[in-house]
Amino acid sequence: MKYVDEFRNPAAGKKLVARIREQVAALGRTAADPIKIMEVCGGHTHSIFKFGLEEMLPDAIELVHGPGCPVCVLPVGRVDDAVFLAEQPGVIFATYGDAIRVPGSQKSLLQAKAEGADIRTVYSPTDALALAKSNPDRDVVFFGLGFETTVPSTALTLLQAEAEGVTNFFVFSNHITIVPTIRAILDAPDLSIDGFVGPGHVTMVIGTEPYRFIADTYQKPFVVSGFEPLDVLQSIVMLLEQMQAGEARVENQYRRLVAHDGNATAQGAMAEVFELREHFEWRGLGSIEESGLRLRDRFAHLDAERRFLVPALAVEDPKACQCGDVLKGTIKPWECKVFGTACTPETPIGACMVSSEGACAAYYNYGRLSTLPVLATSGA
Amino acid sequence: MCLGIPGRIVSIEDEAKKLGVVDVGGVRRVTNLACVLQGQAPSELVGEWVLVHVGFAMSRIDPREAQRTLELLAEMGEVQEELEAMRRSGAEAGTGAAS
Repeated sequence: MKYVDEFRNPAAGKKLVARIREQVAALGRTAADPIKIMEVCGGHTHSIFKFGLEEMLPDAIELVHGPGCPVCVLPVGRVDDAVFLAEQPGVIFATYGDAIRVPGSQKSLLQAKAEGADIRTVYSPTDALALAKSNPDRDVVFFGLGFETTVPSTALTLLQAEAEGVTNFFVFSNHITIVPTIRAILDAPDLSIDGFVGPGHVTMVIGTEPYRFIADTYQKPFVVSGFEPLDVLQSIVMLLEQMQAGEARVENQYRRLVAHDGNATAQGAMAEVFELREHFEWRGLGSIEESGLRLRDRFAHLDAERRFLVPALAVEDPKACQCGDVLKGTIKPWECKVFGTACTPETPIGACMVSSEGACAAYYNYGRLSTLPVLATSGA
Repeated sequence: MCLGIPGRIVSIEDEAKKLGVVDVGGVRRVTNLACVLQGQAPSELVGEWVLVHVGFAMSRIDPREAQRTLELLAEMGEVQEELEAMRRSGAEAGTGAAS
């Protein structure tokens, strides 16, 4: 596939890894004191596991998998609200497939569907709007999920619904923004990150300027990266180059897709439709100020949270589940007590095991179990 | 839902609604082009490569920048080869700096 195969060339990858080894040696870092690089976005986590990049890198680099998987950070209470909406009489509940297995406190959307709720998996918010138009006697609720990558799509769909005068289409917004999340990680006391592989597709929308504070205030190198293996390896080389030079800058490795200013049309649609919530609850990370998006008053008639009496209860994460620690990068997925035993992609306890972009699912699906010390010593 | 896929605009479905048909690895789907128009008419974009997320083209793929990134990658590899060759020759000649 064009613009994919070119960035998967194994020979070029080997050279980049050799370059990274040189850089790490020059920086004098070892496995005992590794360089911690966080990939913020779940898409990068997915690529890293799919292509086995972690194994290719020297031990002195530790990749910390960040919280940039919107399905993974969805708190239990919001899943319960989604189930509540799906079970309202006359409602068709439309969701991305990624979210359907995420456990609520009582059940997941998949279980609600098995019990008779009319839940449809859609590829696009426009599919949900089409459902509303073809079912005028039903209320169609779309489960709005994602960072700035998918916010413009929801916004443009709401603008279309408004323009067409559709009255039975509603959005249950769980959209979130990336910058407050990164700030929360930078302020976390138990984690020290040396540099960031920045989210390519969020940045394609918001541009590189919003990250400036990471370099200026926190003195951390930040490289916006593509998702192919060579993109990620090149971004690591760029991060290490900055560290070698004693610099902290925002750089853009993903220039074929990411413009400095982002996408003006997408930004305009987001600003027209959405506004910041004062607080939004994250699974494992707690409440983060101004990190969630809700519909503006102009779109109140299309807002599921105003059309229905959503319970909006705060529900604690399951005790056995350590998704929060995984999302903050303080433990590795395989260090969680229930990983691979009670918690698997078929019967997930935590959301990190559900989404293909979740760190736990990535470890599980791509068989990175050799990281387990017990297996490693037995030669598995 | 977060994984964007590159595809090529093959035709226009509805000029006024800014809808085009994008071919993604052989699968064709009606895709909203509003975010990639940059003042152009949809029909002017036929043949362009775009990144598609949940039914919306979110960015055009710039072939020149793609080429430049690949060149930069090749350069990084060449520099690496150069360094290794230098070290090998230094080691053979006994002139390598102690590391």
